Amino acid sequence: MNVVIVDYGSGNLRSAAKAFERAAADTATAISVSADPKALKAASHIVLPGVGAFADCKRGLEGVAGMTEALEEAVIGEGKPFLGICVGMQLMAKTGREHGVHQGLGWIEGEIVPIEARDTSLVHQVFRVALDSEKVKIPHMGWNDLEVRDPPHPVFAGIETGRHVYFVHGYRILCERPGDVIAEVDYGGPLVAAVGRDNIVGTQFHPEKSQATGLQLIANFLDWRP
Amino acid sequence: MLKIRIIPCLDVKDGRVVKGVNFVDLIDAGDPVAQARVYDGEGADELCFLDITASVENRDTLYDIVRGTAEQCFMPLTVGGGVRRVEDIRTLLLAGADKVSINTAAIARPEFVAEAARKFGSQCIVVAIDAKALSPGKWEIFTHGGRRRTGIDAVDWAKRVTASGAGEILLTSMDRDGTREGFDLALTRAVADAVTVPVIASGGVGTLDHLVEGIVEGHATAVLAASIFHFGIHSIRQAKAHMKAAGVPVRLE
Repeated sequence: MNVVIVDYGSGNLRSAAKAFERAAADTATAISVSADPKALKAASHIVLPGVGAFADCKRGLEGVAGMTEALEEAVIGEGKPFLGICVGMQLMAKTGREHGVHQGLGWIEGEIVPIEARDTSLVHQVFRVALDSEKVKIPHMGWNDLEVRDPPHPVFAGIETGRHVYFVHGYRILCERPGDVIAEVDYGGPLVAAVGRDNIVGTQFHPEKSQATGLQLIANFLDWRP
Repeated sequence: MLKIRIIPCLDVKDGRVVKGVNFVDLIDAGDPVAQARVYDGEGADELCFLDITASVENRDTLYDIVRGTAEQCFMPLTVGGGVRRVEDIRTLLLAGADKVSINTAAIARPEFVAEAARKFGSQCIVVAIDAKALSPGKWEIFTHGGRRRTGIDAVDWAKRVTASGAGEILLTSMDRDGTREGFDLALTRAVADAVTVPVIASGGVGTLDHLVEGIVEGHATAVLAASIFHFGIHSIRQAKAHMKAAGVPVRLE
């Protein structure tokens, strides 16, 4: 296998690369971080990380000449397994509404909007802005337990509902097609934790920062043959 | 649902842990990466490195530590101390930090917070606030390890930096730091209720009940502690079990 982590100036690529190396430790897998669109031709698996704002990440991606086209060809054209992480997942959506309206890759029918959750239940009150407010703290930051949709997507093999993963985001994806949602979390109501369709998956959380559960998801992704 | 976070903090000086875990099975108790692995294995929710190195020349050792930790610990890592320029943040993030904590530089040049948040996203910009009580309900920010007054009100400052784009506040009571008497709960609550971002309570933890108080009474969404974990008084697991028993949502895996 030949995993290419796309470098477009966003995010902590080193952490992602190290997590993939660890998760793939038993197999003959090459992990590379590359800003060269041509590298996607030889890739067996493609990973798009991303932290920060949607627009900045989109701009960064567009700043790498030929990368968007190479992604389209490898992921949509050739059907290579693809994993988007955090803003990398959000970029899969049609539209991003963070600091203006921006076009995403358009692989998932949906848009990226601010989390404006309200929490009326007592159990959550520690995450309220204040006790007399029903608004929750933003960003959604920390470990939250997954609700994996049935039947579990192959990347969630062995990762049951209730397992915790690490989130840090102020914006969320709203999917038009419910079937694209493969896991959710509860933060003042349900938030999409992961999306999947055909050969593409995306996680709002950071598998590379989610200890054993995250490494398991990465290993599952590497084993996935969509 | 989201869980509160327990964050052990390691003070690092010239590449060595100053206050560290006193575990017998650690071959090198001063090695920050070895300490980080202990906390990772215990189920800490995040790690924090605070660099207290005085000289600029020795900064590279910090970057090596962050790199070494990120290679072995697949968990969130916050790094602070001496972060003054956008380049410092970039270097730390590329080395493997997920969040960078800014303190003195934000006070010296408040627009630094906005610049950093614009460049890297609010989610990775933590502003550290060191506050001392002036009178009941009033706290002032101090810099340089509590030696220098700024004349800035802590609650006002917390609101200001979050409006500029800080994604989290690391709030330390200088009055309580090192005392093991518990958090300054009034301070913690005043700041936590004034801002819309998560607040990490810090300074003064001496018992596991103090951790619970920081959440339930202080309204923090994360608690940071150094010595109760370092000296082997309590493990992270014990702390979590205690908090769970007190009704605080924690992650136990």
